[in-house]
This record gives sequence, structure tokens and C-alpha cells, in this order.
Amino acid sequence: MATTTGRLPGRWAGAGLANAWARRGTQEGAEARLGLLLAAPAFVTILLIAVIPLAQTILDSLFQISLKFENAPRPFVGLDNYGSALSDDSWFNALRVTGLVAGASVAAELVLGMIIALLINHAFRGRGLVRAAVLVPWALTTVVSAKMWAWIYDGRYGIANDLLMRLHLIDQPIIFLVRPEITIWAMVAAEIWKTTPFMALILLAGLQLIAQELYEAAALDGASRWQAFWRVTLPILRPTILVALLFRTIDAVRMFDLPRVLTNGGPGRSTETVVLYAYNTFFTSLNFGYGSTLAVVIFLIVTCVSFIFIKVLGAPTQGARR
Amino acid sequence: MTAPANTVGVHVLRSAAAAGRVRARRKLYQGFGFYAFVAGFVVFCLAPFVWTLLTSLKGPTTIFEVPIRYLPTPPNLSNYVDIFGLDRFRWALLNSTIVASSATAISLVIGSLCAYAIARLNFPCKNLLLALILGIAMFPGIAIIGPLFRQFNAWGLTNNYLALILPNVTFTLPICIWTLTAFFSELPSELEDSARVDGCTRMQAFYKITVPLSAPGVFTASILLFIQAWNEFLFARTFMSQPNRLTATVAIAQFEGADQAAQYPWGQITAASIVITLPLVILVLLFQRRIVSGLTAGAIKG
Repeated sequence: MATTTGRLPGRWAGAGLANAWARRGTQEGAEARLGLLLAAPAFVTILLIAVIPLAQTILDSLFQISLKFENAPRPFVGLDNYGSALSDDSWFNALRVTGLVAGASVAAELVLGMIIALLINHAFRGRGLVRAAVLVPWALTTVVSAKMWAWIYDGRYGIANDLLMRLHLIDQPIIFLVRPEITIWAMVAAEIWKTTPFMALILLAGLQLIAQELYEAAALDGASRWQAFWRVTLPILRPTILVALLFRTIDAVRMFDLPRVLTNGGPGRSTETVVLYAYNTFFTSLNFGYGSTLAVVIFLIVTCVSFIFIKVLGAPTQGARR
Repeated sequence: MTAPANTVGVHVLRSAAAAGRVRARRKLYQGFGFYAFVAGFVVFCLAPFVWTLLTSLKGPTTIFEVPIRYLPTPPNLSNYVDIFGLDRFRWALLNSTIVASSATAISLVIGSLCAYAIARLNFPCKNLLLALILGIAMFPGIAIIGPLFRQFNAWGLTNNYLALILPNVTFTLPICIWTLTAFFSELPSELEDSARVDGCTRMQAFYKITVPLSAPGVFTASILLFIQAWNEFLFARTFMSQPNRLTATVAIAQFEGADQAAQYPWGQITAASIVITLPLVILVLLFQRRIVSGLTAGAIKG
């Protein structure tokens, strides 16, 4: 099949459908129709639960919709909601918090995950144990992990303070979840704990595909291990790293469960992420028009981030066909 | 690193032996350092979970003791007895089980058909479909929560399992389709061809040959989907409000404990955390190899 780059997907789809119709009765036509039939349920589900509601959210963002009072008027306000977002300090605060948390946690995950993956990248006894241990933070419900960390960080009975005091790293207990400049890093630490193992796992799987001969050849050519890492490992691992970064960055932008349960955005608004702020606009302020606007902007941010990654990566949709 | 080999006689042997000893010692240190690192990493992964488990086994007074008592001596199951005495908690477990298993089952049916089409057939809109699936994998739920909330309200679907099953099916589809597509592509299509030569239709070949042969893939996918649906929080918090309709994630986020006047009930919360995550931890321990291969197949091929 020809690549579709540079063509409008809609036009292409229309042409494809017309083509399938024209070829009805032939072997190829039968295959095309069966393919469409089998894909239809997934197609329809995605359309009904994601695409149409997304269109509705975009439409809602142009109206002033308050659910505080029944039968309140819902005037069309054009792009006014978007204008409000541009002068909303809380929104910019949420953007800053999200950027900081996403940037710091994804960067730390990548470095830590890479170190771990490199170190455990050979057969050793107890590897199954390590793999199982790695999967525990990944599989753990985020809400539960948030509660766990809230208990660990507890000002009086928390084990974090107790351990730090016993190791003489601090002489006063830290009240983790009260001071904004500490709370945000406490949250980042909880996020790193939950997601680094997964990053290590993905990178490890990528490392295992690299042929050992390449390192032998590099060593013969006089490369040090450090050089081999930069010149052999990293270039080959690049697609894996980018895929892992793509999904981790988007997860971090979508972050809701952890701040909602660990801090509820506090103290003040110091850990309020964009999704949490939009959620509160919807369901605390009951302002569905402005909430929709923020939701649309979040959608656009996610889209931009993924486009940048996919541009660097080359189209990953092609990979799924293999 | 190695000793120079072009010296004479005894020296050669001696230095070689010395180098060998040094190397062996270094290897030992490296081995030791390596296992120390691995042990540290395992502790890092498990410590919060283990601490929660220890806390959950403490009696009400031991938890709030300063200095902290690390081990629950003697272990005390009263927290577990308390939470299972709560109607809300028992409902939450049941609700989560119903929602997560229904969503998993439906997603598997829809996803396997779609994955088969992607792996085996040429059809129009295939690239559009692949792009949509990738889009769903990255989709922020907040972008559809408003319309879904209002629509479900209008249809009387709030506090109905369907309101959670539908979004869960949608958002588990990408992993389902990717895992199964990878699996179907690895099965040689000759098997189906020969079944069709023997008179099977394409669909018969699919569910009589391909599906049974890819049982391990379907199983792996179902574990991944179940975990994802079980952990879902955003929609569950929004579409369910009746106390006996909350899922486990929402119940634990809003946990107030049996006795609301008392101190924040960390004993019961930790016990509930353990109960809620135990199914997941058991799945992970039993099927770690499959889960890892399922997770990484998508990421590496994608």
C-alpha cells in the first residue's frame, strides 16, 4: 500500500471506500469489506465515546455554560473563554506546575531507568524476582500509591522523616505536604517511584535487541565502554527511548490521580496540574463552558507534544502494521 | 589492563597469575556490587508497598506511636476485619470487579476482531484507523468528560455500570489491539489458508484456528486490560456518586473509616490499599514474563 504522507486522511478514506465499492465481487473487494466489517465495532466505539464527545467539548468551549442553576441561559460567547484563559493566573500556574512536574519526573525517569536497564542487562540469578519487583509499582493503582505516599510523608508518623532522622540527614522532621516548595518535589518523587521501573523495563527490552557483536567490533576498534554507549547503544536505542519518552511525557501532562489524592493541588495551588484545574472548573465551579475551553487547550498541548515526538520518530503508526 | 605478555620466562607466568588473581577479585567485587545494586533496586520498588502492608497489620495504637515501631508485633488483623465490615468497601470491590471484567471482556471481543483485520487484511481507511487508535492511547480523558457527563445524566446512566464500562472499553482498546495484532502477525497465515482449503470460511478459520492458537496473547492482553480498567479513577469519580456504586479507587480516595470521629484511619486505609492491590500484585507475580513481553512488544515495535 502506498504511504499516505501528504494526503488528506479524509479524502484518502473516501477514495478508499469508493474503491472498495468499485471492486465489490472481486476477491480483493471481499477482503476489503470483511476488513471494514471487523474493524467497524472498534471504529464505532472510538467514534461514539471519544471523537463525537471531543467535538462536543470544542463546541461547548464557545458557550458560557454554568450548571449551577437549572435552565440558566447558555449564550454563545465565541472565543471569549479562550481570551479568559489567556488572562487566568491560576491557569498559567497550572501550566507551570504541569511543565515542572512533567519535565523533572520524565527526565529523572529516563536517566534512572537507563542506568538500571544498563546494569541489569545480562542474565543473572534472580532476574525473575527483579522483573516482578519492577512490575509492582507499575501495576499498583495510582490512587493507592498516592495514599501510600501520603502516609509515608506524614508529618508525625511518617516513615520518611523517621528514616531521614535515623540516618542523620536531617535533625528536624520535614513537614512534606505543607510547604509548597517541598510538596511539589515530594509529589515528583512519588511519580518517579511509580514510573521509573516501567521506563527501565522498556529500555531493557530495547537493549536486549542490540547484537553483542557490535560491542565486540567497537572494542576491536579501540572504543571505550563510554564511547560504545554513546556511539552504539544510544543511536540504536533511539526509537525505543523516543517511544518511551512520548508516552511518559503525555502521561505526565495528563496527570490527575496523584495530585488529586496526594495533595488535591495544595498547599494553595502549588501542585495543581492542568487536568486537575480543568476538572475543578467542571465539577467544583460547575463552569462547563470554561472547563471545556481548558480541556480543548489540554487536548491541543497533548497533540502538539505527540506531533513533535512523532516528527522526530518517524510515523509510529507504520510500525503497528508490521 | 592485562599484564604485558612479552617479558621472559617466569615473569610471564607470575604476572599472568597475578593478573588472573586481580581479575578474579575484581569480578568478585563487581559481582558483590552488582547484587548490592540489584537488592537496592528491589527494595526501592517494594518498600512503599511493604511499609503499607506492615502498617495495615498494626493495631490502632501501634500505628500512632512515636518513635515508630517498624514491625507489627504481634500482627493484628483488626483493620481488615473493620474494612470488610463496611458496606461501602464490599460494594466497592464488587463494583470494580464488575466494571473491570466487563470492560476487559468487551474490549477483547471488539479488539480481537479489529486486530485480526489489521494483521491479516487489506482494507480502506486502515491508516485512519491506526491513527485513531494511536490517538486514543494518548487521549486526555478530561477532553471528553464534560459532554459524557451531561449525556450520561440525560440518559439516566449516572451510577450505572455502563457509564464506566463504555469509556473503559474505549481506552483499553489501543493496548488490546496492539498486543493482539503483534500476536496474530506472528502466527503463520498458512494455517488459516489450509483451513480455508479444507472448506472453512475466513471467519471460521479465525475463530477455530487463530483465536485458539493465540490464547496466550489473548490472556496477556486481558491481564493488561484488567489492570488498566481496575485502576481507572477519573471517570469512576465523575460518573458514580451513590455510595454503593463507587469503584475501589474512588472509595479509597474518599475513605473516611468506620469511625469518623477518630483520627485519620490510616490502619484501615492501608488495609484497604492492600486488599485493592492484592489482585494486581498476584497477577504480576504469576504472569510477570507475559506482562513484560506484552508491554514491551508494543513499545518496541511501535
